[in-house]
Amino acid sequence: MPEGALASFYFAERKGYMDCKYQLKEGCMRISMPKEVDHHCAEQLRKETDLLIGAYHIRRLVFDFSGTEFMDSSGIGVLIGRCKNMGYSGGVVSAEHLNERIQKIFVVSGLHKMIQVTPDADTVWDMGEK
Amino acid sequence: MKNEMRVEFDAKSVNEGFARVTVAAFLTQLDPTLDEVADVKTAVSEAVTNAIIHGYENREGKVYLACTLDGDTAVITVEDRGVGMADIEKAMEPFYTTKPELERSGMGFAFMEAFMDDLLVESKAGSGTKVTLTKKIGQREEENQDGCGDSSY
Repeated sequence: MPEGALASFYFAERKGYMDCKYQLKEGCMRISMPKEVDHHCAEQLRKETDLLIGAYHIRRLVFDFSGTEFMDSSGIGVLIGRCKNMGYSGGVVSAEHLNERIQKIFVVSGLHKMIQVTPDADTVWDMGEK
Repeated sequence: MKNEMRVEFDAKSVNEGFARVTVAAFLTQLDPTLDEVADVKTAVSEAVTNAIIHGYENREGKVYLACTLDGDTAVITVEDRGVGMADIEKAMEPFYTTKPELERSGMGFAFMEAFMDDLLVESKAGSGTKVTLTKKIGQREEENQDGCGDSSY
């Protein structure tokens, strides 16, 4: 771990392409999204995310798509669900490092209107570090 | 020149990735752009996911995937022998889903329509569903004109 204050969860029992990393810090959680976000990985992603949000009272959720090459509407379902849940509790959700393809998926689904998108920078996470 | 392939596989979510990659690999002979490949992969993923979740309701069954290349056009069919749909129009409405408890976005058919040129859905309650996806491949020049040409990834 680069920093002592950073807790990191790694669910290692899965095959490489479904790997997902969770970084937690001061009420913020950053999720490194899998390479392919589809129905196959959606259920596990949802369960793990909700478990950690509840356990660590997460107020700010950041979906990091830097490792993601594919996403379909099953992934959209997971993101919308988390947005709704975080909205009820007054939390903030954002997405970053979207490649062109993922951006297109966001636009076609209207997700870009529900989630704050920062395509290139780690701005949201940096804000959380202050 | 016509060229056809057929695959039959178990209705398991792990095969969703297999299905879209298989179609993408077959499609390479038409020299598609990365964007076109990604469009087709997304549409295939939606159709196969529907067959598994809705057609077979996560029970055992086979998904029948075929792809025919005819000139510069790809015609992909995804078929299941599952529960079928009584009201296709309703099922195709954006955001409509019969399984909100699974956090389905209800955007499967909308995605297929958005990313393919043509979408045909045939279904009969009790006997299954067949989805036919059609897309013309090799529109590099047209894509550049409307500003969404070759992507860099």
